Amino acid sequence: MLTRHHGGSGVIIVTFLIALLLTIMPMPDWMRYIRPDWVGLVLIYWCLALPERVGVVTGWFTGLLVDLLTGTVLGQHAMALTVVAYLTLKFHQRVRLFPVWQQALTVLVLLVLHQLLALWVSRFIGRPAPPWYYWAPSVTGMLLWPVIYVSLRTLRRGFRVI
Amino acid sequence: MFVALSTVLMVMDHKYDNLASLRAGLSLIVYPLQQIIELPGTVSDWFGESLSTRRRLQEENDSLRTQQLMQKVQMQKLASLESENIRLRELLDSSFEVGEKVLIAELMSVNLDPYKHQIVVNKGELHDIYPGQPLLDAKGVMGQIVHAGPYTSTAVLITDTSHAIPVQVNRTGLRTIALGSGTINRLDLPYLSNNADVAPGDLLITSGLGGRFPPGYPVAVVEAVQHDPGRTFAHIVAKPTARLDRSREVLLVWPGETPDVESDVSVETGAAPATESDTLVETGVSPATESDAAVESSATPADDTTDPAPAEDPPAEVTP
Repeated sequence: MLTRHHGGSGVIIVTFLIALLLTIMPMPDWMRYIRPDWVGLVLIYWCLALPERVGVVTGWFTGLLVDLLTGTVLGQHAMALTVVAYLTLKFHQRVRLFPVWQQALTVLVLLVLHQLLALWVSRFIGRPAPPWYYWAPSVTGMLLWPVIYVSLRTLRRGFRVI
Repeated sequence: MFVALSTVLMVMDHKYDNLASLRAGLSLIVYPLQQIIELPGTVSDWFGESLSTRRRLQEENDSLRTQQLMQKVQMQKLASLESENIRLRELLDSSFEVGEKVLIAELMSVNLDPYKHQIVVNKGELHDIYPGQPLLDAKGVMGQIVHAGPYTSTAVLITDTSHAIPVQVNRTGLRTIALGSGTINRLDLPYLSNNADVAPGDLLITSGLGGRFPPGYPVAVVEAVQHDPGRTFAHIVAKPTARLDRSREVLLVWPGETPDVESDVSVETGAAPATESDTLVETGVSPATESDAAVESSATPADDTTDPAPAEDPPAEVTP
């Protein structure tokens, strides 16, 4: 039991690292504005799949890394992802039983919440209001959720991360 | 608890500067990630350099040679103008810095928050980079460093909404502040009154007030001036001269530090912005020659103080 726990950590860390890399990968301009919140999606998946291993603490640290990588105020994404992780843990038993499209809607709510919290912080420190397409990443994240869910599940089962 | 912790972090990071060392330390953790993202570009650059044909290299060599020759000619002109300028300013008893120490840095190809105009450069505290340091490219001022890590540093561009830069209209010497608009090719000049002498095509240069940017570097060209009679201030829009979204090599400047004589790099790179500010040197000369005549004719100090070069106005102005 214990050995299996240790064995899977590498897979979880690697998925988070890939998500972080995708977050700062250079993209054409129009794609920058619809780039999904990779870290949020991966965090939600692991919170649903392994709620006893991935949670608020993981959310906070990965959020801090996102802050460093994207040059936002330290703690902005850390706080938002902490809240996202907390809510996912709170409802994980219910959301797990949902069909995938219903899960995607829940994910949309969580991603919008992440963006909303980040927006509050940036508005609070005096940044101007973003245009309407600020919310586009949440929608692309929702559309990508089935793909992410299936691929991460395959990965998890392949590596027997329990 | 973690929400409270992040709130404390945010407040400390935004309000006070005591997190700079923490941020610098943590940026070491993300440095490998940035390097991985940078890798494909580095590899393709390396292949491009090592696999390019002899003929192409020769062509490039030729074109660079002619370019260097042309720039040398311009430099000669500049050198004579500069020494003339210094001589004249010595007559006026005012100091004039010849040049600044510069360092070439390269942008790292990572994307940051799309709503903030920030870039990452591949030089950090180990190269004496400090927060607040001005950043230029061959065409003009780009921005300034905000966070300096050990190996990389983050810079904010002049078009970011949180950025303001003290500028001067090159033609008239009128001073004002240019604010970032949040659009990559636009600066706003909201603090000029309706009767201010500004016209489309005017070059805006750094005024040096505020002490952060060295004076005399081109910033933007005025694009449109709209007079709205119902408002006190004119609506003026300018286009940055620096290629903010296209430059790959940037210059980091230490204002007030003169370059080492033996370092060829600083001299070579100094040529690019210097040719841009060529016009500035010339215009700086013309009032000086006028007052030069005044010195010769009357030699009274009263005449000198009436028409000094506009860049040397000493009044302390409040700049953000």
